Amino acid sequence: MYSHIMVPVDLAHAEQLHKALQTSADLAKLYQASVCYVGVSASTPSSIAHTPEEFSSKMEEFSQAQAAKHQLSNVSSATYISHDPTADLDDTLMRAASETGADLVVMASHVPGVMEHIFASNAGYFASFAKVSVLVVR
Amino acid sequence: MTEPTELTPDGDSNLIETDYEIGQDNINTQIGPFNLDVHNPVFLISGLCIVAFVFFTLAFQDSAGPMFNAMRVWLTSTFDWFFIASANVFVVLCIVLVLSPLGRVRLGGTDATPDYSYSGWFAMLFAAGMGIGLMFYGVSEPLSHFSSSFADNAGTPESWAPLAGAPGDAEAARRLGMAATIFHWALHPWAIYAVVALALALFSYNKGLPLTMRSIFYPIFGERIWGWTGHIIDILAVFATLFGLATSLGFGAEQASAGLDFLFGLPATETTKVFLIIGITGIALLSVVAGLDAGVKRLSEINMVLAVLLLLFVVIVGPTVAILSGFFNNLLAYVQNLPALSNPIGRSDANFSQGWTAFYWAWWISWSPFVGMFIARVSRGRTVREFITCVLLIPSLVCVFWMTAFGGTAISQLVNDGIQTVVGAPLELQLFSMLQELPLTQITSFLGIVLVIVFFVTSSDSGSLVIDTITAGGKIDAPTPQRVFWCVFEGLVAIALLLGGGLGALQAMAVSTGFPFTIVLLLACFAIVKGLMSEPR
Repeated sequence: MYSHIMVPVDLAHAEQLHKALQTSADLAKLYQASVCYVGVSASTPSSIAHTPEEFSSKMEEFSQAQAAKHQLSNVSSATYISHDPTADLDDTLMRAASETGADLVVMASHVPGVMEHIFASNAGYFASFAKVSVLVVR
Repeated sequence: MTEPTELTPDGDSNLIETDYEIGQDNINTQIGPFNLDVHNPVFLISGLCIVAFVFFTLAFQDSAGPMFNAMRVWLTSTFDWFFIASANVFVVLCIVLVLSPLGRVRLGGTDATPDYSYSGWFAMLFAAGMGIGLMFYGVSEPLSHFSSSFADNAGTPESWAPLAGAPGDAEAARRLGMAATIFHWALHPWAIYAVVALALALFSYNKGLPLTMRSIFYPIFGERIWGWTGHIIDILAVFATLFGLATSLGFGAEQASAGLDFLFGLPATETTKVFLIIGITGIALLSVVAGLDAGVKRLSEINMVLAVLLLLFVVIVGPTVAILSGFFNNLLAYVQNLPALSNPIGRSDANFSQGWTAFYWAWWISWSPFVGMFIARVSRGRTVREFITCVLLIPSLVCVFWMTAFGGTAISQLVNDGIQTVVGAPLELQLFSMLQELPLTQITSFLGIVLVIVFFVTSSDSGSLVIDTITAGGKIDAPTPQRVFWCVFEGLVAIALLLGGGLGALQAMAVSTGFPFTIVLLLACFAIVKGLMSEPR
């Protein structure tokens, strides 16, 4: 059914992604699909990494840790650098989905509140406009 | 659309080892529906102090205005030598860096690639840095220096003329007037911006420290910058930026509404001005929400195209040959007068060197945290040499050309055609009066008003991004409501001051922050050299 699953990851809030990570791992095993963990960072130093290079190696470490934890055989990671992640995250993820050739995106989202009527949540926007199947995990 | 660059290895850079984690002092909370991720205590203290200052100015107008003004005058007249000498240090440092092997260091590591193309980068530099000032003073400042130099009392202590003036000699007064104006707009202000921007870019992209003012001081204060030493530096930067922006927004609304009155007979009432501020803030708001690439960069590019159109128009329908030859003559006049104009001690033209030069230097320096931080944000991947060429040398030449075209045309209208209306017009109308003497006034004046407004939008949106970054402890991915907050806050402060009176008082306050920041910048020079020496080249 699915052969390549993309999982957007926010390394600063990795602990809140537990459900999405578990779900994607289960689906990957069910369909023998590969999993690509995608991280987006700015080029300025952040709480995660001092340089884009360091961010990219942390993403790779994260994906290897996931592979070991869920016994996944085919995982990879991709890093995207955005000039202004607050504004550009949606478009960057959209680009990542097409460039990684994913046919399913599994992503975490928070429970919508009042603000979501003004600014759509990332997952909400993504699910509305992405060309591939999206599973939003709350 | 956005063009996130694919990650490439960035090669060598010499990171600073520190246990500080960016965002570790931040408070993550939710107020009503709004998520916040702000630095504690920088966000709260700077926000509350700004509110307190606005209330103080409004409540004690009679004493606040004179008090802040007296402070400003005292600083620029007592420490004029300090401002002038420091600005010279910044220019010399920049030129030494271009020529020395340190110029090969690349911001972001040896293999980093530029985030922005030359055109986008350059448009953003100008839009944030001084675009609005060029609109405001492009005509009036050359005229003013020309008139004071030409006047009979030039060279006496009462005169505001630069140096000894040139009483009765129109050609010499023109050269001196243009040289003095260019002195205030070319190398020195851009060197001030370049020093702050270079220091921030270096300590952020190559050393791995957060993108906020305090990081520059790591070589001097070490780990203490994460404590109150750093908080105070950051709070001062927020202060200078917000007051600088809010007062300029207020004055800009006055210029735009004066222009609208002049052109369409729309009365320049307080209502008009308040609507202008709301309009400018509204567009800036859309721009910050759309982000750096889709908002700020795009507006800056539109801005640059419009400014080039206006410039070309003035060059073509104005005295074309005089402007083109004037460019080289003025450049020469600038170079010839530069040593005397930048001399910090023993000046006989106190009114000029204190009232103009020291005031300007304090003003540029108070803007430097904002402009410097914004320039740093968009300059990753450039070498130090490219950076200084594009932030110092090219903008200086553009300013020479702009001043020649606008100021030179106005002076030639006065001297050759005997037109008195421009020099007699109020400051905010001089640009429009000058354009009125050229053909197609309706179109060009309208373009002028649009430019004034768009330049304000691009200052306001980039300023909000900068304040948001500083008050989020250097995080540039803080939630959207925060940048919305700062953008709106800035507009509200401008409206409060416009209606209540006190724009001048707070501008004096903002300019006064130039004094502590001059010390900050001198320390930054030391930090830049020390930081660059340890980088692979």
